[in-house]
Amino acid sequence: MTGVDIRVQREPFDPGAELTRFAARNAAAGAICSFTGQMRDFRGADRASGTPVAAMELDHYPGMAERQLQDLAADAKRRWPIDDLCVVHRFGVLKPGEPIVFVATASAHRGEAFAACEFLMDWLKTRAPFWKKESGPGGATWVAAEAADDARAARWTT
Amino acid sequence: MRILYFAWVKERIGVAEEILDPPAAVATAAQLMDWLAQRSAGHAAAFADRKLVRVAIDHVHSAPAASVVGAKEVAFFPPVTGGYA
Repeated sequence: MTGVDIRVQREPFDPGAELTRFAARNAAAGAICSFTGQMRDFRGADRASGTPVAAMELDHYPGMAERQLQDLAADAKRRWPIDDLCVVHRFGVLKPGEPIVFVATASAHRGEAFAACEFLMDWLKTRAPFWKKESGPGGATWVAAEAADDARAARWTT
Repeated sequence: MRILYFAWVKERIGVAEEILDPPAAVATAAQLMDWLAQRSAGHAAAFADRKLVRVAIDHVHSAPAASVVGAKEVAFFPPVTGGYA
């Protein structure tokens, strides 16, 4: 089968349940790889030197977000022999520890599953229209894009 | 033409979207920004540093030099910061 499951949603999701469901519908795949991004409770390089973050609001562009994720999924499937993939991305208000994004890939072998999963995460960070606003002791501020994320995504263009 | 704003671009302008009819001389995204920047102090602030503003034309990431002629929806926003924190 060749599936793509893209969801952009306000509601929280359970990464464990998503992975169980994804694996069940890809029982014939030799390799299942998944990544879960969770909200950190600090801003900065690490918890010791950073500033606390109490909550986050994710703004997004409805319509374009789904389209960009669909395009990235199609690109991943052109690059690697992926049987199935899933991307779930939240928007709205999030608390520290809550899952923000879930990516899963299914393939015959682990190399392709790992590569496609990392590709999807790197590219969605630089292409998918979501914007984070963090709230903490100093008020609320929009998170600036990081050059390191652009560099990670650019690795896949060669 | 439907013009959309997101994140701090939206906050500076004060609205999430506007339906506008730019003059025929406005042919590119950059020219549309020039035209929009004259609408209010908020618009001027949002478009003050063009290096920080990205453009999508009909849901596709586009360069400032891209044509907006015939576009249904043009969005302006900061560089994206999705994924995890």
